[in-house]
Amino acid sequence: MNTFAEIFESIKAMLVKSKWFSKRPTKLFALVLGLFFSLSTYAGGKKGDPIDTQEEISAYIMHHLQDSHDFTLYSSAKTGKHYGFPLPVILWTSEGLVTFMSSEFQHDDNGEVIVEKNGLKFAKIHTKIYELNAGEDVVAFDDKHHATNAVRPLDLSITKSVVGMLLTAVLMLLGFVSLARGYKKGPIPTGLARGLEPLVIYVRDEIARPNIGDKKYRKFMGFLLTVFFFIWTLNLLGLTPLGFNVTGNIAVTFCLALCTFLITQFTANKDYWKHIFWMPGVPVPMKLILIPIELLGTLTRPFSLMIRLFANMSAGHIVVMSLISVMITLKVVMGPVASTGLSFVLSLFLTILEILIAFLQAFIFTMLSAVFIGMAVQDHEH
Amino acid sequence: MDQLLNDFSPGLFTMQLVILLVLIFLMAKFAWRPILDALNEREEGISEALAAAEEARKEMQNLQADNEKMIKEARAEREAMIREAREMKEKIIADAKETAQSEGDKMIEKAQLAIEAEKKAAFAELKSEVASISLGIAEKMIKGQLSTDNKQLELVEELMADIKLN
Repeated sequence: MNTFAEIFESIKAMLVKSKWFSKRPTKLFALVLGLFFSLSTYAGGKKGDPIDTQEEISAYIMHHLQDSHDFTLYSSAKTGKHYGFPLPVILWTSEGLVTFMSSEFQHDDNGEVIVEKNGLKFAKIHTKIYELNAGEDVVAFDDKHHATNAVRPLDLSITKSVVGMLLTAVLMLLGFVSLARGYKKGPIPTGLARGLEPLVIYVRDEIARPNIGDKKYRKFMGFLLTVFFFIWTLNLLGLTPLGFNVTGNIAVTFCLALCTFLITQFTANKDYWKHIFWMPGVPVPMKLILIPIELLGTLTRPFSLMIRLFANMSAGHIVVMSLISVMITLKVVMGPVASTGLSFVLSLFLTILEILIAFLQAFIFTMLSAVFIGMAVQDHEH
Repeated sequence: MDQLLNDFSPGLFTMQLVILLVLIFLMAKFAWRPILDALNEREEGISEALAAAEEARKEMQNLQADNEKMIKEARAEREAMIREAREMKEKIIADAKETAQSEGDKMIEKAQLAIEAEKKAAFAELKSEVASISLGIAEKMIKGQLSTDNKQLELVEELMADIKLN
């Protein structure tokens, strides 16, 4: 099942990268419909100029995939106003901690608005905050639109992704602590918790136990369960009109994969290292050849975890957004009704598929983490 | 790749790491541990209950088997008793018959013997009676009627006729 899904995902990703790239946006239909006729100032369009060219749409999709310092729910194209709420910006700069609200950038994303705090100047360029070098007042760009006179401080802002993660954390705590409490009243949970229990049992019996072993699985359950529900919830949040794209962010998947990697390395037993550095049962020259291969394998395994989740979720967002954009790009050819209908049907279908993929990717990540952990802790009998 | 590296946000990574670690800690402490403990407890309870039910079922079966065995034994015993009683009855009847037969035989034998003895006695008495009667006749003959030879002869014949009648 896994392989099938992965092949499908990679084909989908390829399609997106090659042909459908220039089409259009995500999410629940109604919201994006709203976004469409209004979202202009954000993606570089001028006031009163809706996003309707393929370049603008591509830029809009790419912008959506990025993290954001504002939580924008809706933007009006006519007035150029954004509806949403600002988020705190927390920077660890050359002068120490600096905090302010993201609204001070006034939704500028091209480094035009300079925010001055603690004697330091900040600009936001392509969703990244830059600290201007001392004495500079305006951001200078090279021909690739990279800032030349500014550096990126450590940006610990509560960005949209962080909000998504915190929301997920709160949801998980609420749900599962209530489930845990439910057991005090009786052995059978009631209400919402009743739906969560089979999921926990599923992770335990289908993911952890068969891969790690009945005796050792228990101490990894905290990680596996948390990661499974964390990824799944974030994937599902990405399908809501709130427009999160947390698991399609390489920093997030890197962090998740790093955790798996560290757990694997630090819980590994003697056998595991023996199989890497001195593979039993093969001739000595082969042992020497296998050392770098096995060492590389320890890295490629978490690396594949990172890329798989990132690519799948990004691709999902791109495809759904592209299909929604069909209603704009094909409006001239097919007329507004036909293009909207086509867009609706296709994006509805894809969104349903994405709901499945949201679960599937969480499952795959957790499953493979369990497999890798199982490889590290299993007792070999030979 | 450049794009990917450029998009990588160390700040987001840091936040994610902190959130994830705190979340893992909190979830493990307040959610997963109690949940898994409760699940284990419940599953153990269920398997124990099932084992107990199985045990009870087996015991029940044993009991039933015992009961059946007892019933069978009782039935066999009853039959044996009935058979024994029947045998005894037959034996008693047979014995009684035999005894009665032999008693009867004995009585008959005794009776026969008595009859025989009576008969003999009667015969003896008859003989003596006949002898005395004969003597009387002879006396009478000699006494009165021996005047003529003819008369003697007639008398003898008469007497003889009498004797014959007797």
